[in-house]
Amino acid sequence: MSLLGNLSLDAIPFHEPILVFTMSVIAIAGLIIAGLITKYKKWGVLWRDWITSVDHKRLGVMYILLALIMLFRGFSDAIMMRAQLALATSGAPGYLPPEHYDQIFTAHGVIMIIFMAMPFMIGLMNIVLPLQIGARDVAFPFLNNLSFWFTASGAILINLSLVFGEFAKTGWVAYPPLSELTFSPGVGVDYYIWALQISGLGTLLTAVNFLATVFKMRAPGMTLMKMPIFTWACTWANILIAASFPILTAVLAMLTLDRYLDFHFFTNELGGNAMMYINLFWAWGHPEVYILVLPAFGIFSEIISTFAGKRLFGYKSMVYASGAISILGFIVWLHHFFTMGSSANVNAFFGVMTMVIAVPTGVKLFNWLFTIYRGRLRISVPVLWTLGFMVTFTVGGMTGVLLAIPGADYVLHNSLFLIAHFHNTIIGGAVFGYLAGFVFWFPKAMGFKLNEKWGKASFWCWIIGFFVAFMPLYVLGFLGMTRRLNHTNNPDWNMWLYIAAGGAVIIMFGIISQVIQLYVSFRDREALDDTTGDPWNGHTLEWATSSPPQIYNFATIPHIDDIDAWTDMKEKGQAYQDKANYSPIHMPKNTSAGVLMAASLTVFCFAMIWHIWWLAVVGLVGGIAIFIKRCYTSDVDYYIQPDEIARIEAAYNSSGVKELKA
Amino acid sequence: MLIRNLCNIALASTVLALSGCKGGILDPKGQIGIDEKNLIIIATVLMLLVVVPVIVMTLYFAWKYRDTQNQEIYAPKWAHSNKIEAVVWAVPIVIVIILGVITWQSTQDLDPYKPIEGKGEHLTVEVVSLNWKWLFIYPEQGIATVNELVFPANVPVEYKITSESTMNSFFIPQLGSQIYSMAGMETKLHLIANEPGTFKGFSANYSGAGFTGMKFNAIATPTQADFDKWVSDVKANSSANNLTHANYVELAKASENNPVAYYGKVDDGLFHTIVMKYMQAHGDMNKKHHAMGEHGQMSKKHHEMSEHSMPSSHSQGEE
Repeated sequence: MSLLGNLSLDAIPFHEPILVFTMSVIAIAGLIIAGLITKYKKWGVLWRDWITSVDHKRLGVMYILLALIMLFRGFSDAIMMRAQLALATSGAPGYLPPEHYDQIFTAHGVIMIIFMAMPFMIGLMNIVLPLQIGARDVAFPFLNNLSFWFTASGAILINLSLVFGEFAKTGWVAYPPLSELTFSPGVGVDYYIWALQISGLGTLLTAVNFLATVFKMRAPGMTLMKMPIFTWACTWANILIAASFPILTAVLAMLTLDRYLDFHFFTNELGGNAMMYINLFWAWGHPEVYILVLPAFGIFSEIISTFAGKRLFGYKSMVYASGAISILGFIVWLHHFFTMGSSANVNAFFGVMTMVIAVPTGVKLFNWLFTIYRGRLRISVPVLWTLGFMVTFTVGGMTGVLLAIPGADYVLHNSLFLIAHFHNTIIGGAVFGYLAGFVFWFPKAMGFKLNEKWGKASFWCWIIGFFVAFMPLYVLGFLGMTRRLNHTNNPDWNMWLYIAAGGAVIIMFGIISQVIQLYVSFRDREALDDTTGDPWNGHTLEWATSSPPQIYNFATIPHIDDIDAWTDMKEKGQAYQDKANYSPIHMPKNTSAGVLMAASLTVFCFAMIWHIWWLAVVGLVGGIAIFIKRCYTSDVDYYIQPDEIARIEAAYNSSGVKELKA
Repeated sequence: MLIRNLCNIALASTVLALSGCKGGILDPKGQIGIDEKNLIIIATVLMLLVVVPVIVMTLYFAWKYRDTQNQEIYAPKWAHSNKIEAVVWAVPIVIVIILGVITWQSTQDLDPYKPIEGKGEHLTVEVVSLNWKWLFIYPEQGIATVNELVFPANVPVEYKITSESTMNSFFIPQLGSQIYSMAGMETKLHLIANEPGTFKGFSANYSGAGFTGMKFNAIATPTQADFDKWVSDVKANSSANNLTHANYVELAKASENNPVAYYGKVDDGLFHTIVMKYMQAHGDMNKKHHAMGEHGQMSKKHHEMSEHSMPSSHSQGEE
């Protein structure tokens, strides 16, 4: 055993031109960014105001930044896969051998779900949820910072696998026995395990944090049934996280024991059984899709009622429907493997339960429709995303119910029909929702609105690209094409594979439009400045703050009398009132403990992956030591005094709100 | 019957739309596949009854109530109506109840473990997924094939399925259902071909580097006599090729894009041995365990990488 465990120079894939190119691009981009930061002397700002920040709004921005970076990575994988399948037709081998291609589809799935969608959702929740309930921060601000850095650690690990060694070649579900040492002896599955494990810990801590926030820190007067609908949706999602992520932790821990200590939970031999893994994985995996989509539903509800200038139709129905989806989401996991040979009664039960979820989901769709009904719908970019979602997701829901019928699933399972279905719901549901929320709350987080023209261009590219890319996959599923094929040899499939690749290119233009949109909006930020804090005539409390909000969010905590608290305040003439006397505000201090702990545990994970035992000990002990030190630090908070609050508020009032009042 | 009529219309249009598309699950050649295709069409039509109005209403409402339309009624505080709430809960519930009944019934009817009734005796084929090829054992005929499956049309076939190593899924789309193959376990599937022909079969569950090449032709012979002749030909032509337990260990080693192979003779109980190999006595298992370690090793690189990992799993057998 050498000092570096299994790690050697051979682990760096110099022989792979694609990877060498990727590494060079990342290295050059990294150097340019580092150079710019040095040139503008921003290292101090970056460390003090962002990396060590415990402010939920800044953490939210960093989560979304992470999600966007991972979107580029995951989408690059997608383009490479579609290109491979478009080139490797009629028996041609294409340009990606299975060795490389199998890593790409695994990475694509893991990155898009765990490191794109989850951080995007959690980022929006971070920015918006405390503001919506009139809180000054989350319940545990330090924990929030730690959660973010755990998520970032996972993302860093998965990207390190590009440079050192390989990633898993098992598909994102990593079913044993394929993911066991016998069939996956390399480090790929270990990267998968540790990246998911550390980011999963971050996600779980986030859920606990936000549940405590929602249950203990709502503004006076805000009963549970007066909470904004997005907060409700996130709360259901957080309950799901708290209940399901421990299952993922446990199942990954068992796989770790199998691979590291020769346990036999899921091996073929010595009593192991892979079916146990598959059941446990989906007992987490199915709630996970509702964790992704419920907050998106909440975003659509906020957007549709805001831009229709109306109250949300059927608020109570919406809350109960989300609750029903959350609970039902836990008793349908077996529909992921109807073809495993369960009895007809078992399969039929899980099939019917799955369909029952269509009821509360259908109710939500109708409620959005009746929110538009007799409203005054402003067709803005967030509304375009919402309408696009309602059309797209309905199709995805229909194919989902079809797959829930065991008799249909027996022929559609694992086919490209399935791939089309879940992209239809995850892109058309969750991602459209996050992108809608991104445009909707961007002015709140950054202080200026996004350019409308490029936003619309992006939407149209995304939705057209989506249909062009994924409708052919439904057809291919009917034509009997199964998933994860490296190359094909069937002339009937070729045309559809070409069209799908074209669709991916159209989506790429959508993503490029978003980058241009960010650039153009930043350039024109003076003109797009949101001086009022309420650019869309919003309903809920986040719009009562300045854009971006002051560090303490609310100088005085408002009293809540209505679901649409801010609309209510505006109607009663209570909005924009200067308060004469402020109380001191208790605020948490920034801390480097979170990022240092996460860095230590990243070292631990990396060392575990490569069997560098001494370094693993260093990383783990280091992480625990930093944690203990943090526990004994009493200098964690400070007070903002009334005179300073008065000064900040006066400065703000003299700039923007005066114009509004005038 | 409204549903029947709708079904026929949908069927016709689907057939038109995909008329150029042969060989998929909408072009079934066996009773199970035909039933499943009809199930898909009925369910789709039922759901379209809700889905189409929702999509149309979405676009219509968005258009009708856009903010430039000032003549429309504007009711900013209207947010509840018991009648509408009742309808929006009732409509999906009714559709799901209908679909639920169809689901329960069809799942019983299409249970892959259920023998096909009224078509006579089943032919039994034992299916083993190996890295990365399919082994078909004909216990009644005493022969075996690799990557080619032959059976008579109009005779129901009972497949007993297992895996040597990783999990795969045994699937012939034009005949209907698929079922996983899992090591140490036996799953079952019953299929029938309604007409002779050559159908594509493959693994529908990713199982590693050679997965794409795990293909076979499923050939339905016109008559039982043709099938019997094929069996006797295999026996005559491949009499020297004997699939013994020892040969099986050789065959089980990883290989990609395996050519079709025939065995004129098979050791009795080979399938049983494969299914039960992890259940054998501890001493016997040590040998199997050592053999197991070799399947995952394809390239030289993998071989080297697994070298250091193997001692730990060896020591398990030696304790």
